[in-house]
Amino acid sequence: MSTSRDFILSVEGLTVSFDGFKAVNDLSLYLEHNEIRVIIGPNGAGKTTVLDLICGKTRATDGAIRFKGQELTRMKEHQIVRSGVGRKFQNPSIYDDLTVFENLEVSYPRGRSVMGALAFRRDQQVLDAVHEVAETIFLADQLDCRADLLSHGQKQWLEIGMLLIQKPDLLMLDEPVAGMSVAERKKTAELLKVITRNHTVLVIEHDMQFVGDIADRVTVMHQGQVLSEGSLAHVKADPKVVEVYLGH
Amino acid sequence: MKTTPSASSLMSRENLYFLVLAALLLLVFPVLLDAFRLNLVGKYLTYAFVAVGLVLCWGKGGILSLGQGVFFGLGGYCMAMFLKLEASSPEATASQSTPGIPDFMDWNQVTELPWFWQPFHSFSFTLIAVVMVPVILAFIIGVAMFKRRVGGVYFAIITQAIAAILTILIIGQQGFTGGANGITDLRTLMGWDIRGNEAKTVLYFVTSGLLLACVLLARHVLGSKLGRILVAMRDQEDRVRFSGYDVASFKVFVFCLAAALSGIGGALFTLQVGFMSPSFVGIVPSIEMVIFCAVGGRHSLLGAVYGALLVNAAKTGFSESFPELWLYAMGALFIAVVLAFPNGIAGLYQRYLMPLEKKILGGLGKAANTPPTAAARRMEETP
Repeated sequence: MSTSRDFILSVEGLTVSFDGFKAVNDLSLYLEHNEIRVIIGPNGAGKTTVLDLICGKTRATDGAIRFKGQELTRMKEHQIVRSGVGRKFQNPSIYDDLTVFENLEVSYPRGRSVMGALAFRRDQQVLDAVHEVAETIFLADQLDCRADLLSHGQKQWLEIGMLLIQKPDLLMLDEPVAGMSVAERKKTAELLKVITRNHTVLVIEHDMQFVGDIADRVTVMHQGQVLSEGSLAHVKADPKVVEVYLGH
Repeated sequence: MKTTPSASSLMSRENLYFLVLAALLLLVFPVLLDAFRLNLVGKYLTYAFVAVGLVLCWGKGGILSLGQGVFFGLGGYCMAMFLKLEASSPEATASQSTPGIPDFMDWNQVTELPWFWQPFHSFSFTLIAVVMVPVILAFIIGVAMFKRRVGGVYFAIITQAIAAILTILIIGQQGFTGGANGITDLRTLMGWDIRGNEAKTVLYFVTSGLLLACVLLARHVLGSKLGRILVAMRDQEDRVRFSGYDVASFKVFVFCLAAALSGIGGALFTLQVGFMSPSFVGIVPSIEMVIFCAVGGRHSLLGAVYGALLVNAAKTGFSESFPELWLYAMGALFIAVVLAFPNGIAGLYQRYLMPLEKKILGGLGKAANTPPTAAARRMEETP
């Protein structure tokens, strides 16, 4: 076994139990730098819970999560974010009452303390960062638009943009193309390809076409455990995976 | 700023509304009202401090506190303790069995000034305490609740319980607090008689000036990134947390700020009314304060000031003619606000008077030609 220093993220023996039900059971997962890993699996396999555990939303019962040499399981959520983990939620969670510009500005990683936020100034650096990200997420023309007026797809992009502006080392996306039109899906795949040039990305996705488009490696989860891991072709051919997906 | 092309014209509109309020408070009321009515308005304005605080923590931050009376009361009691000590000089209380202590202590067989009364001999300590005692209590409550992620209805219920507890404590400790009667018979502030009409007029102007300053302070806070984080927290608390912010510390901050404003209001109340009692601390006044804010418009700082003025004026008017009907009128008013105009007076103004005003001022700016941006619309929400 290689040391965790070779990996940006190494999850070992991760277990979480809700009143005895083990949503994630002794799961291990290793991510290399700039890798795009997709987690797939049937409903209830524990995919979202894994992301929740990594970003601190749910506390692990047992196991270790090491990220860039830091142990995340005992850190607070905002500390985990500050160490470089960005998380996108399944339903677009953006600030409806703020404009696109303000959504991105609030996410800009400066002035994160109370006093820092009071003293925060909208300087050129911030403007540049916001405009650059807005360009990337196809929302450069909607900067002054209230976020709740965006389409579903645009909201998803906005949330991805809110993560990008934080320049995280690890980006976790929970079903980024769910509910999107075909055109939006294609654009999102493009977006992810741009993003992944300099980020490590962990994605949960159901859309197999989309998975094939973006994934370096695929992890198949079932009942809280890793069922199979490898290239998409590899896991598709795995008889255990076929059985889980096609029934008994 | 290129993101908000019409911001400058809106800023001036915002300033205009502020100037209208300043003119109303500093010119119109003093000219039109007699000393008695002006003193009443001054008393209403002390509640506006609380309402402005509620706009920050409830309207913007989404934290509903049903216990703002606690902080109002603490500020008021701090001031009352200072005034009472001044009124209880050994000469003035020579007939008591222990001269030099407040009369109610003497009646309750207290023979020595309690330790926590001692520092209130100092006026500068009192001024600090007026702000800091509410802030410290708000900080303790805030840390205990928000760090544990207690929010929403549960938080509201707990603040209400604290209001009840403090009232019971004050009434129960009669020898130290004056009990249900409160601290009464306050006379002078640093030798200056606060009971005369002239003093009350001066206090009215002090209150108005401080209120306007507090509104500006609140506007500054809301205009900073912290203001946007508050709104963001109200919309999507988890998203803020997972953007690297310690959500609890922002909630504690805004709750403490609201408490500080309430404390200042309470101290000015004591000065103008001449006494402080538990009836301004408990559950009923705390809920009334929320109603002032809701009627004025919980998203609007100036709306909250008008709300406090109007509801209190209505209360005085009603109580003068139909004392027993007031509570029902208040209840009906609150239901009406919640059902019919959830954004209060400020909301009604934006909806019905703003278009009219735009029509009149139509040719003035090109802002009317550009479609209103979200930023612009939000600024309008805080006239």
